Amino acid sequence: MMASPAPDHSGLDELDRRIVLATQDGLPVVSRPYAAVAAQVGCTEEAVRERLTQMLESGRIRRIGAVPNHYAIGYTANGMSVWNIDDAVIDPVGERVGALDFVTHCYRRPRHLPDWPYNLFAMVHAASREAALARVDEIAMLLEREFRGACKGRDVLFSAGILKKTGLRIAG
Amino acid sequence: MSETSTPGVAAPAASRRGLAATREPDATDRKLINALQGDFPLTETPFADVAAAVGLDEAEVIARVQAMLRDRVLTRFGPMFQIERMGGAFCLAAMAVPEAAWGEVAEAVNGFPEVAHNYRREHSLNMWFVLATERPEGIADVAGRIEAATGLPVHLFPKEKEYFVEMKLEA
Repeated sequence: MMASPAPDHSGLDELDRRIVLATQDGLPVVSRPYAAVAAQVGCTEEAVRERLTQMLESGRIRRIGAVPNHYAIGYTANGMSVWNIDDAVIDPVGERVGALDFVTHCYRRPRHLPDWPYNLFAMVHAASREAALARVDEIAMLLEREFRGACKGRDVLFSAGILKKTGLRIAG
Repeated sequence: MSETSTPGVAAPAASRRGLAATREPDATDRKLINALQGDFPLTETPFADVAAAVGLDEAEVIARVQAMLRDRVLTRFGPMFQIERMGGAFCLAAMAVPEAAWGEVAEAVNGFPEVAHNYRREHSLNMWFVLATERPEGIADVAGRIEAATGLPVHLFPKEKEYFVEMKLEA
């Protein structure tokens, strides 16, 4: 079912795991957050900073920082545009759409026929529904111009509310 | 996270808009949000370093980040783990939830620790959530348990290819 590359288990040792568990709800918002994590997991502050640095370098951490609530910072329209793209050109189409500066995420996913014919997902964030729809139209025009006939259908699913947003959570 | 004690905020799980922020960020908050979406320093006093870079003092940066988390202007602050690189898996999933059962189903789905995000969307498939598990085979297992708990089919949309992911938004 999963088409992702083989999982890499190397290097996530017991200390890494304890650091993940201690920080998956977030970093302590205090003057010395890494010292606070170190006190919690029972190692030195230096070790916490080293392990986090290694996890960043190996891609186990995408980044460290703030995740804003999209609505609160003015991106009230969060449109998940979905596209039914000819399999023969899905990858060049995905690369092209993903490179647009207003597309924040772009993935190929399986169709669920007959109800769900779409195989390309491109997330568009904008200040209004109209602006988001205009951007989706822009994608459609680009596809018609550069990949004539490859797009067999599309839809946009707007978000009507965040129900939960906690990020990764592994069991202790 | 403390989501229960803020006065005047509706119970989050069942409300239609979900976990809305309780206020708008001001200009200084916005400047901080933009500065904090980059690489948070891995130094002994990272908030002091951020403060120096944006022209505030450390205590104000810490107080503002705490306030933005409390008011849900920020949904998280900390490392964003890429679970696939730790041997685990993410999977987008969707369900068609009847309106009459909305609150109950949302509560049941959100109750699974494997559900990392959950959004209401305007479509017959109206509940879209992300499953995160420590092992790839955990996805099918939790999807089955959600189906058993809700009585509704869970459609899985595993990522077959990632073309682009941008984690930052200008505030």
